[in-house]
Amino acid sequence: MTAVSHHAPDDLLFAFACGNLRPPEALLLSTHMDLDPVARRRVGLFEAVGGVLLEEAEEAPLDPGALERCLDRLGGQPQADPAPAEPGPAATDGYRLPPALRRALGPDVGALPWRRVMRGVEELPLSKDGDARARLLRIAPGVAVLRHSHRGAELTLVLEGAYRDGDQRFGRGDLQYADGSVDHRPVAEAGPPCLCFVVTEAPIRFTGPVGRFLNPFVRF
Amino acid sequence: MVQGAAARNPRCPRRLIEALIQFPPAGVVGNMERVGIFGDCVGEVAGVSNSGDLHHTGVEERTPRRRMQEFSTEDRGGPADHAALLTAVATSGDRQAFAALFRHFAPRVKSYLLRLGCETQVAEELTQEVMVSVWRKAASFDPCQASAATWIFAIARNRRIDALRRDRSGALDGEDPSLWPQAPAAADEGVEQEQAAAKVRAAMRGLSAEQAEMIRRAFFEGKAHGAISAETDLPLGTVKSRLRLALARLRRTLEEEGFRE
Repeated sequence: MTAVSHHAPDDLLFAFACGNLRPPEALLLSTHMDLDPVARRRVGLFEAVGGVLLEEAEEAPLDPGALERCLDRLGGQPQADPAPAEPGPAATDGYRLPPALRRALGPDVGALPWRRVMRGVEELPLSKDGDARARLLRIAPGVAVLRHSHRGAELTLVLEGAYRDGDQRFGRGDLQYADGSVDHRPVAEAGPPCLCFVVTEAPIRFTGPVGRFLNPFVRF
Repeated sequence: MVQGAAARNPRCPRRLIEALIQFPPAGVVGNMERVGIFGDCVGEVAGVSNSGDLHHTGVEERTPRRRMQEFSTEDRGGPADHAALLTAVATSGDRQAFAALFRHFAPRVKSYLLRLGCETQVAEELTQEVMVSVWRKAASFDPCQASAATWIFAIARNRRIDALRRDRSGALDGEDPSLWPQAPAAADEGVEQEQAAAKVRAAMRGLSAEQAEMIRRAFFEGKAHGAISAETDLPLGTVKSRLRLALARLRRTLEEEGFRE
């Protein structure tokens, strides 16, 4: 692994700004933006690029009468928007979840169907789109996720606690992007459990001596 | 005078400009802090107010009477005008200002949707929905957060995301903001984003033709890497790294130009 970044790569942020990500990845990026001002600024910058590209687009002919039809649909004068974005209920459930994720999970975070995957690791499946799967992982302090590689990319966003991968540390708000060439073994730090939001583009493959036997059985 | 979102942003130069118009300069200007990354933006306002000449700033377009005269006729086409037209829609429900915006943006929104693979009728209908949203949401447009084109692009993008989701899930409910990028662009930087758009255009021109083409394809053809790879006969990895390089260069240029890290 060269020059590990704790931010999302530019092509991913650009695809997000363009609305070209699938829902699992889009939700992860929204959540990342809630936590990371650098990601917010970069997406804002790429949206400005989007505006310029829209401005450059050639004009497609509209149906005859399109403007009149639209004017008929307008209704009265637009209302000033109400106060921006509700702050959301203060978290009483012990989770410090960013707003995008909280909206996606709904109000009853305490009752979500977590399931145990292996000792010290629980998962909560969130959404699926083709091969792309979003899930939350809760990893007990000190627990190592089995060594694995990827057929597709894996995005890991830390929501609580921290983990180490080799000599890198990933803490709240950090995003690790691992493409197909990365073979790694994240270890949760001591302290509170490490809560991560993970999106995989394809099922991961365990590569360690134990994990290899599990591949046919575990779809993780 | 400044209404909608701009009114809530105390560092928006439009607000400063209008404050200066209402309470002419003298001591005010001297005490004014230089704000934002384009510090000269405020410098320019101060200079202009001192001389009493408002004619090269676009400021005059903000006074209601001028606005009525200038925008009740035709779309003059410049990006600053689009921001002013949107503000006219927000503040006075100006249908002619809206019509001018429609004539400029609706054909571009439709073309954007078509190139991303929408069928013609779907693109036509979504374009209508986008433009109705432009009307309804006009009050949340803040010229310090986004250019008119960027703001309308974001609406079009979000409508498309919602439409795709509706298709897949069969659900009829519309909007899920969790899947929308919600970048508060340059909210606190006090820069009119129309100027920023000019910088984006300049930075795009600074890329090689091939790099600019990569970015356009990724934007207009949606399926980013895979599709580009198929069309250009380049291996997927090459497409990915070239696109990444092009975007990184564009981003760094813009950050050096004032889109701060």
